[in-house]
Amino acid sequence: MAIVKTQAAPRSARVKAARAMSNINSPAHRGDARLAWILILPALVGFLAFFAYPTFRGIYLSFTKFTVFTPPQWIGFDNFVELAGDDVFWNSLFVTLYYVAIVVVVGTFLSLVTAVVLHRLTASTVVRGMIILPFLISNVVAATVWSWILDAQLGIVNIAIEALGGESIMFLTSRGWVIPAVAIIGVWKSLGYTAIIIFAGLQTVPASIYEAGRIDGASEPQMFRRLTLPLMRPILAMVLVLNVIGAFQVFDLIQVTTKGGPANASLVLQSYIFGKAFGQFDFGYASAMALTLFVFLLIITFTQLRLLRASESDTN
Amino acid sequence: MATATRRRRRKFSIGRTVAWGYIGIVLIVTVFPFYWILRTSLSNNFALIADPASILPVGFTLGAFRRVLGLATSAEAVAEGGSGASIEIGHFILNSVIYASISTACIVFFSSIAAYAFSRLQWRGRELMFGILLCALMVPPVLTFLPNFVLVKDLGLLNTFAGMILPVGLFSAFNIFFLRQFMLGLPQETEEAALIDGAGRIRVFFQVTLPAASGPVFTLSILSFITQWNDYFWPLLVTSDDSVRPLTLALAVFKQSSPQAQPDWAGLMAATLVAALPMLLLFVVFGRRIVNSIGFTGIK
Repeated sequence: MAIVKTQAAPRSARVKAARAMSNINSPAHRGDARLAWILILPALVGFLAFFAYPTFRGIYLSFTKFTVFTPPQWIGFDNFVELAGDDVFWNSLFVTLYYVAIVVVVGTFLSLVTAVVLHRLTASTVVRGMIILPFLISNVVAATVWSWILDAQLGIVNIAIEALGGESIMFLTSRGWVIPAVAIIGVWKSLGYTAIIIFAGLQTVPASIYEAGRIDGASEPQMFRRLTLPLMRPILAMVLVLNVIGAFQVFDLIQVTTKGGPANASLVLQSYIFGKAFGQFDFGYASAMALTLFVFLLIITFTQLRLLRASESDTN
Repeated sequence: MATATRRRRRKFSIGRTVAWGYIGIVLIVTVFPFYWILRTSLSNNFALIADPASILPVGFTLGAFRRVLGLATSAEAVAEGGSGASIEIGHFILNSVIYASISTACIVFFSSIAAYAFSRLQWRGRELMFGILLCALMVPPVLTFLPNFVLVKDLGLLNTFAGMILPVGLFSAFNIFFLRQFMLGLPQETEEAALIDGAGRIRVFFQVTLPAASGPVFTLSILSFITQWNDYFWPLLVTSDDSVRPLTLALAVFKQSSPQAQPDWAGLMAATLVAALPMLLLFVVFGRRIVNSIGFTGIK
């Protein structure tokens, strides 16, 4: 198969050459394999060294006693047996679930409402830009400013509460309030971002559907329930799954605001794992907890996708 | 569609008023903390105690910024309610710039060349390899961070930029996926013409494909830079030395080390503002682009 490789190549030759491109053994692709492996080499190294290997090593370490300073020792299921009887672990799990529940329910609800309202009212990029501001700053910055806003003595929220005749609330230092308070920070941080994703999904719904709904005499709430929700289900399912996975791994906000206190009332799983590993150098036990959390995430994700039938919308 | 929007816009109703009210509240709650950072950072920390509810800065001063930038003497700092704790912010900004820009450059470049191999080159095992790499999307960081710490430690890379950057800089399943999808959608005529004219694959990549994909490459660069600039957890694990620690860590330490009884809120907010400023500038310059890219990357 001889292709004339000159600038003056007739069009038919070019078309022929283009067709040859799709053939793996064509001369045009000679040397592709070698080049391809060179091009994916950095990514492949990164994948093997920092994803594949640590995943298996993490699973392995869960079954060992490992203090970093001495080689890991195989101890079978001992870590998991210990885990089952570890009150702090169960407390952490409960605290984490509590946080996840608030962030996911309140966060998803408010994001959805915000996205829908924005979509019906305005296409202004300025408004959408403003609501994603919290997404741009770090959790550390968010945690610091909210510590100040929610401060028990001088925080503006408590000053407002007192001005309205209420009692000052120790948001970040009382057992009852600490998780809801941190969850509010989490919602504040992610609300705009989630809303913009849902908003982008709403924009893919043709306006004619809403026009038709209006002609049929549907009210806004009816259109929301009958049109928006069913059409948006795949995107909402994705948002929900990602929010749950993200919320389960909350760490930065807790670390900066409370460090797990008071008295473990905000000790989420990730904080407990971090403390076990880097406070007590009990890497084996910490790995066992990380693996447990991973399994929880897998189960929850698959259950959610199953329940939400995420891959199909209700278009029919 | 345009007429429909106009017709809706002309209609006033209770529903619309409530809706605008709701958006107004959301915007106020979203933006207020940023204003509060500014207001507090321009205040005198002692004066704040006397008038904590003031909407404007109390006892206007740039003292807090002078404190965190290390320009104030300790006597001056104490006089304005600063604690003994200080933060060498310029140094940490430099660390953050190094960490965020190198890891962003690496991740975007390595993802681009991998995406090119997965979208344009024909080789045996291509789809299988792509599928294997995508598995990384299923693995949450919680499972890998401990072993990765051990690995970085065994490599002797604790407290180095290499140790901070390598695990994030070499490979991103999402970026490869995203760029591959885009490249598959690009028309191939120009590339093929260039190849037929005798240009090498590498040259075609740099001179034709990469410029054509500059939009998404730029988007991913901004998003990666934001993520890396704000990163806290991974640097926390692999650094203990101020020489390489980024600003997020320094700010967290500054926050945690400020006295419980009477924190230097003005100083803290000044440091917070400095930490957030690059992101806010990015927002002012590329706001529209960031908004659109979030919608875009979110849907996939």
